[in-house]
Amino acid sequence: MPAVSKGDGMRGLAVFISDIRNCKSKEAEIKRINKELANIRSKFKGDKALDGYSKKKYVCKLLFIFLLGHDIDFGHMEAVNLLSSNKYTEKQIGYLFISVLVNSNSDLIRLINNGIKNDLASRNPTFMNLALHCIANVGSREMAEAFASEIPRVLVAGDTMDSVKQSAALCLLRLNRTSPDLVPMGEWTTRVVHLLNDQHLIVTSASIDLQDYTYYFVAAPWLSVKLLRLLQCYPPPEDAALRSRLTECLETILNKAQEPPKSKKVQHSNAKNAVLFEAIALIIHHDSEPTLLVRACNQLGQFLQHRETNLRYLALESMCTLASSEFSHEAVKTHMETVINALKVSLAQFGSRDVSVRQRAVDLLYAMCDRSNAKQIVAEMLSYLETADYSIREEIVLKVAILAEKYAVDYTWYVDTILNLIRIAGDYVSEEVWYRVIQIVINRDDVQGYAAKTVFEALQAPACHENLVKVGGYILGEFGNLIAGDSRSSPLVQFNLLHSKFHLCSVPTRALLLSAYIKFINLFPEVKATIQDVLRSDSQLRNADVELQQRAVEYLRLSCIASTDILATVLEEMPPFPERESSILAKLKKKKGPGKLPDMDDSRRSVNGSTDSTHSFTDVLNLNPAPSSGANLLIDVFSESSAPAAATDVSEENFPRFVCKNNGVIYENQLLQIGLKSEYRQNLGRMYVFYGNKTSTQFLSFSSSVSSSDLNVHSKAVDPVIEGGAQMQQILNIECVSDFSDAPVLNIQFRYGGALQNIAVKLPVMLNKFFQPTEMMSQDFFQRWKQLGAPQQEVQKIFKAKHPMDTEVAKAKILGFGVALLDGVDPNPANFVGAGVVHTKTTQVGCLLRLEPNMQAQTPNGNAAPPATDPSFPFGAGLPGSHLGICSRCRGEQGDGFVGLKGTWPKSHELKVAFDLASFLPPDGRVCERLLLRT
Amino acid sequence: MQFMLLFSRQGKLRLQKWYVPLSDKEKKKITRELVQTVLARKPKMCSFLEWRDLKIVYKRYASLYFCCAIEDQDNELITLEIIHRYVELLDKYFGSVCELDIIFNFEKAYFILDEFLLGGEAQETSKKNVLKAIEQADLSYFSFSRGWI
Repeated sequence: MPAVSKGDGMRGLAVFISDIRNCKSKEAEIKRINKELANIRSKFKGDKALDGYSKKKYVCKLLFIFLLGHDIDFGHMEAVNLLSSNKYTEKQIGYLFISVLVNSNSDLIRLINNGIKNDLASRNPTFMNLALHCIANVGSREMAEAFASEIPRVLVAGDTMDSVKQSAALCLLRLNRTSPDLVPMGEWTTRVVHLLNDQHLIVTSASIDLQDYTYYFVAAPWLSVKLLRLLQCYPPPEDAALRSRLTECLETILNKAQEPPKSKKVQHSNAKNAVLFEAIALIIHHDSEPTLLVRACNQLGQFLQHRETNLRYLALESMCTLASSEFSHEAVKTHMETVINALKVSLAQFGSRDVSVRQRAVDLLYAMCDRSNAKQIVAEMLSYLETADYSIREEIVLKVAILAEKYAVDYTWYVDTILNLIRIAGDYVSEEVWYRVIQIVINRDDVQGYAAKTVFEALQAPACHENLVKVGGYILGEFGNLIAGDSRSSPLVQFNLLHSKFHLCSVPTRALLLSAYIKFINLFPEVKATIQDVLRSDSQLRNADVELQQRAVEYLRLSCIASTDILATVLEEMPPFPERESSILAKLKKKKGPGKLPDMDDSRRSVNGSTDSTHSFTDVLNLNPAPSSGANLLIDVFSESSAPAAATDVSEENFPRFVCKNNGVIYENQLLQIGLKSEYRQNLGRMYVFYGNKTSTQFLSFSSSVSSSDLNVHSKAVDPVIEGGAQMQQILNIECVSDFSDAPVLNIQFRYGGALQNIAVKLPVMLNKFFQPTEMMSQDFFQRWKQLGAPQQEVQKIFKAKHPMDTEVAKAKILGFGVALLDGVDPNPANFVGAGVVHTKTTQVGCLLRLEPNMQAQTPNGNAAPPATDPSFPFGAGLPGSHLGICSRCRGEQGDGFVGLKGTWPKSHELKVAFDLASFLPPDGRVCERLLLRT
Repeated sequence: MQFMLLFSRQGKLRLQKWYVPLSDKEKKKITRELVQTVLARKPKMCSFLEWRDLKIVYKRYASLYFCCAIEDQDNELITLEIIHRYVELLDKYFGSVCELDIIFNFEKAYFILDEFLLGGEAQETSKKNVLKAIEQADLSYFSFSRGWI
């Protein structure tokens, strides 16, 4: 039972609460609650109308049950009814229920808003206050929508009581924060500002006795903090008199800090220091009065050594903003003693058991770091890292990596630092960190030998972190030759060392090591046989992992067939990486949020500008201030992901595959696969483009467009997002207006992991796609063929077939080309003849085709003798009105082929080219797979 | 201020006041996470911690933890004193307040908080004025009430 039961104690409620408390188990509690819920439900459903008190009591019980963590699915209506009660306490419970259990049930929202509206209009200050409280405490968008325009009116109305005005002002503040677009601040701003004078009045008048607002001997600390906060929304005052008054005020606050405390109570010092810290925040915000800044700095220095943990924490925090603001930094620098002291103290804070304080200390050290103290700070952070709390390890790793990079005077120190990072906290070293060290080593040749030596030594440890194996593999693969002169690190020793780690590593690391091995074959011919043996072993060549298997097979093959020159070219040392923003910095920014991280590159560089200019480091870090694809730096080196290097290059690699077929993969890189399905009917075509996201990450801002000079291509809009692993389809409608020669180009743009990707692919839309096959008799064919005798009407081509001629394959190709294959037309059964009509919007062009393979004849000397002059070849013929004849024949040994095309048609060469492409394709229509090299 | 939570050393939530609209699921998740974090901290540690993008200010009074989530630019020390003032108000109203008072008169604990804070901002920091308002509400009950049941 309650110790006190004041006011309108509800006995039934108290009994219920004590029942719940007496429950021995969770089950018993649930049972009791269910019983109560059943009881309340029956009361609410009962015929007898409940009086206000009972309603209030039951609603209160429901509220209690809800606050215990149980779901409530009824009683909302009764609670809303309480809003219209005339009794304050009933209304109050109604509002409490609503503010705790806001429901998006639209019917109820309307009723609730009605209740609130009535109370706002009631002119009863206590009711108005309840309504305003409810609006502010719920603070939802719906509330803002319903009342944003109402509140300012209450606020400025002449007859509103001060206490209500106060509530209305705070309510408006809350709505302005949650839904600024809905609060019509524009028109009200000036009137609200006028209230500020008022508010002082409220404070002074409502408390003739100011003592009410004195809190533990501190005058109105809440108001003081608010006002100092308000001033931080503005720049320092321009007016000199005003400025000196403000300075005076701030000095007074700083002076007060030195006075002996008026009370030993912590509340006194807290209230006083709350004002003091806010004043210091304002001083730092203004960043203009050196004397104030120095005083603030000293004050913080004092707090840093305070025995009160809270004050140490806040001092570290303020120090951090101070150290990262530009002018203050200068001012503070002149007070090096305090800074050094602060540094010592913050280093001492590492010993604190309190992770909050340690976190602040790390922040401060990071912000205070400059060239003069970088080595000390980095060393301290590294040694702290060994015992650091797991929750802040990753952040410390990032910070150490950034500081080491930024303030490296000699890069041996940088390399040492990063390797130490991997040794101490390898699990927390993200990809960005070890990518970065490799970039820097590759870009700076003065450190390469040292790096190779250091990683070689580090790899000697019997157990080393996998990240070290990655860095070691990469660096030795590139620069192992620099230390190979020493017999202790001879090529074979290097290789054996790396390979001893191989079996303990994950697949991506093994893949990297395989690349290092092939690089070794190039660097050190003497270990070629050893490495080939390793590659040849079943565990590599038949590895279950397809990536490893492929690398082993390809590297082995490459090492066997390629000459030394080719190997040296293919496996050349990596070119320098383009300069861009450190991806580590980007990661830290992302981790901490933009506001949380003192931006060292903006504010600090100007401070240290003089020293930086003599130093080349910023070149590596930040030469290019507008990084476009800073996120994936090394990735393109490996297979995980590759950004197309030259985005504007139009890919036409797979284009020839589509001459005789309509479906297949037109483009593929590490991120994206583009498949096509197309169908054509007369002069119209429809192409289905399938974009497949091969990664597990979303493609964002995806867009595609088709540019074509001759064709009408209409593309349907696509979704801007392709989920990882998902496929998206786009339909292109194509119309062939007249003859054309240039295929359309598909331009694709999207974001992957922050980097913008541009891909351009030539779409396989050639003139022969608009062929309609035409059947005709032998007599017609040769008659027309003969009619097309003019030189401009013929195109012919003699070509040497790349692949053995096969009748079925040839037939399939001719059909795929689009013409009808005419059986029994040519007297020679070995020849193929075909006919078709090219449809464009403006005209139709009939075409005849003849392919004459010559399986027996000798290869002619060159292509000197055009078949057209061969009397045995029945040249010429055509459809009435047609402009073009195509003939082709094949001569020479089996496997050689010749194609001839003739015509007056200006674009006839397009067909010729298309047919050339088709003829040269291997039987299955695939182009030869390029050997993929990964280095 | 974004929200205030009162919970016991055993991790039982005694009062929750949210000044930002969140779903029940989110509220429960936040509560669970914070109760765990705060209870794990040792007595001498500082009263502030960074949590997500908010600052948490907490203080323990006897068996109860008072825990506030404030925004980046808010003042930590004054928030500590908001907690203290609220405890004072409870103490004055109940007369040497204990956890049981807050359990049995939870609605009063909410009403007092509402008189003191509005939408997460201190509305009336004078102890006298807050208590006057609460007493008035209690009185208004007596003048209208039909009596005890």
